Amino acid sequence: MRAVDAVMECLKAEGVKHVFGIPGGANLPTYDALYDAGLRHVQCRHEQGAGHAAEGYAKASGQVGVALATSGPGATNLVTAIADAMMDSVPTVFITGQVRTDLLGTDGFQEADVTGITMPIVKHSIMIQDPLEIPEAIHEAFHIARTGRPGPVLVDIPQDLSRAEIPYEPVDSVHLPGYQPTKEGNTKQIRLAAKALANARRPVIYAGGGVVNANASAELVELAMSDRFPVTCTLMGLGAFPAPHDQWLGMLGMHGTRSANYAMDEADLICCVGARFDDRITGKLSEFAPRAKFIHIDVDPAEISKNVPAHIPIVGDAKQILPKLCAEYRALDTDSARLDGWWERVRGWQEKHPLGYEDSEGSEIKPQYMIEALYEATGGDAIVTSDVGQHQMWAAQYFHFDAPRKWINSGGLGTMGFGLPSAMGAKVAMPDEQVVCVAGDGSIIMNVQELATCVTESIAVKVFIMNNGYLGMVRQWQELFWDGRYSAVDMGSSPDWVKLAEAFGATGVRVDDKAELPAVMKKVLEAEGPVVCDVRVTPEENCYPMIPAGQAARDMVG
Amino acid sequence: MGEPGTKEVLNLDDLQASSGFRTGRKHILSLLVENKPGVLARISGLFARRGFNIDSLAVGPTDDDQISRITLTVDGASHPIDQVTKQMHKLINVIKIRDLEPNEAVARELALFKVSADGDSRGQIMEYAEIFRGRIVDVSKRSVTVEVTGPDDKIEAFEQMVRPFGLIEMVRTGEIAVSRGRTAT
Repeated sequence: MRAVDAVMECLKAEGVKHVFGIPGGANLPTYDALYDAGLRHVQCRHEQGAGHAAEGYAKASGQVGVALATSGPGATNLVTAIADAMMDSVPTVFITGQVRTDLLGTDGFQEADVTGITMPIVKHSIMIQDPLEIPEAIHEAFHIARTGRPGPVLVDIPQDLSRAEIPYEPVDSVHLPGYQPTKEGNTKQIRLAAKALANARRPVIYAGGGVVNANASAELVELAMSDRFPVTCTLMGLGAFPAPHDQWLGMLGMHGTRSANYAMDEADLICCVGARFDDRITGKLSEFAPRAKFIHIDVDPAEISKNVPAHIPIVGDAKQILPKLCAEYRALDTDSARLDGWWERVRGWQEKHPLGYEDSEGSEIKPQYMIEALYEATGGDAIVTSDVGQHQMWAAQYFHFDAPRKWINSGGLGTMGFGLPSAMGAKVAMPDEQVVCVAGDGSIIMNVQELATCVTESIAVKVFIMNNGYLGMVRQWQELFWDGRYSAVDMGSSPDWVKLAEAFGATGVRVDDKAELPAVMKKVLEAEGPVVCDVRVTPEENCYPMIPAGQAARDMVG
Repeated sequence: MGEPGTKEVLNLDDLQASSGFRTGRKHILSLLVENKPGVLARISGLFARRGFNIDSLAVGPTDDDQISRITLTVDGASHPIDQVTKQMHKLINVIKIRDLEPNEAVARELALFKVSADGDSRGQIMEYAEIFRGRIVDVSKRSVTVEVTGPDDKIEAFEQMVRPFGLIEMVRTGEIAVSRGRTAT
């Protein structure tokens, strides 16, 4: 069969049901094979959209997301999505067409060295040089994307090779001598960690996106509840621990709760699971958690002691390690009363510094209120995606995620324009779930073309634009740290989002009255097909609390 | 030092001091990699990203034609080297990495020196070559080319000796190394 037909067989063998992409010259053969391969292809309007859709698909379902693009500009348009998937460890496979082998390196039409361009931002990439390698390469790509620390894998297939006739036989195993991710976790280290937890008087469990990736939320809850360990999650980890929970401190980091950040500051033991001590978490590194010893559980050994030296490193899969740690802890003779004082302190912060904002008296819609109203309107039962900026932080603060894979956003790379296409991908993966995109007026326009995809492919995502007329987070920083010199942050009033939605064939709604908001939201959520809801909010609201850049957790403001 | 995004103006001296993590300790990294295209680019890219300069690099086949050996020497403090080593381990095509302590390894390099030589100086250059157990591999009326092997300090010492005669050019392979003792590198 043709190599491209073998590609389709491999995709099906990997359990792929949906792919996102755009055809072009160099991947014409791929699309010809796709024509009757029995996979659902979502024809996106921009390759970046296809890439983020594959990410949204992967984040919502836990399955590998797949995006296809042609050579040159098609492939370079994928670059942001690939970098995003790398930063947030999203299992994705990108299959790009490449110019014919005789044109390689000659600046052929639509040629770009995409393996070269993406080298620092992929988990792995494979440039096909022999059509016989293709089936194995596809399976390797999936294996690498989904195992260990997940990430993006790129397979670049020159157009002529994809048309080659090859003997196809199903591949049942891959041979990668340099790739053997550790899973189990060292038993001695786990025992040591259990002892450290038993001796801790001010412990905190700090969980990240790795717990979600490992499908280890239940195991995390189990560990937390093996005693009364307080739990905080990173932006990427939200939902890994149920937000309405007695032991929940809220999100930590730059816009996290005071209780979470203060607890980290005063902790004597921090048990980090699947998180990486990002600068948005630690603030000033030299003053981060000065009294704490660290247990660091991570599947990626390169994360251990990268920013913060780990006293007890445990490399492996959280899903395997957490139950063992829990069992070891339970086997010890511990006295839960030792945590009384710590809880008293934590409760003190929680009472004194709850998340809050000054609500408007009149009809003005505060952005925080908008998220609270959305939480009410959905009953919390929705997959929420977001773009990047103030609205993202408010959504993280005020939408209380009680389960993993409900909160999909771009944390590491911070990609504006991520929300709509990732919602699209999530909805394709989970058609029965309510999928909501909380967008900023600055962000949504960066991939707004995907509304066309949603309309033609009947993907009923509900987009709520938190419209403050600004690049809000940049404006906030200019206000707070750059003497209020607002440089290039005013978005004006364009476009008319309702008309824009209608032009795409979607439904558009506008709301600027607080009293009407709940009813409008309910209507939007119940409507059929994709809807864009333009919510006019307070233009110059700041997102608090906040650790000012380069400062310590205890210096939180707002 | 201020964080990007804040108004604070950075002092150039502070900026330079903060990146001064070179200790001068020499690392010899010996890698076994799959013999596949792009492997070298991936490895060198990791060093470039961290702002490391690779001092020397040697690539060659091993007894297994699927596998190549890369030996590279770098100058750096152990902490950042650690990060690069861990990142290299993450590369799918990298099979094994060993950070060889210079005193626990035998390191050798080959260098070719093309030196100006007239009637008078030729004899002296040949004498030095002999002292360094070098070999004359090419002679012309006005030059002599000497092959020297050894650890890098020996090569550098020879360079010092012949430079006054007029060093036309010098080509070095970069060090290769094996660990001392019975166990494989």
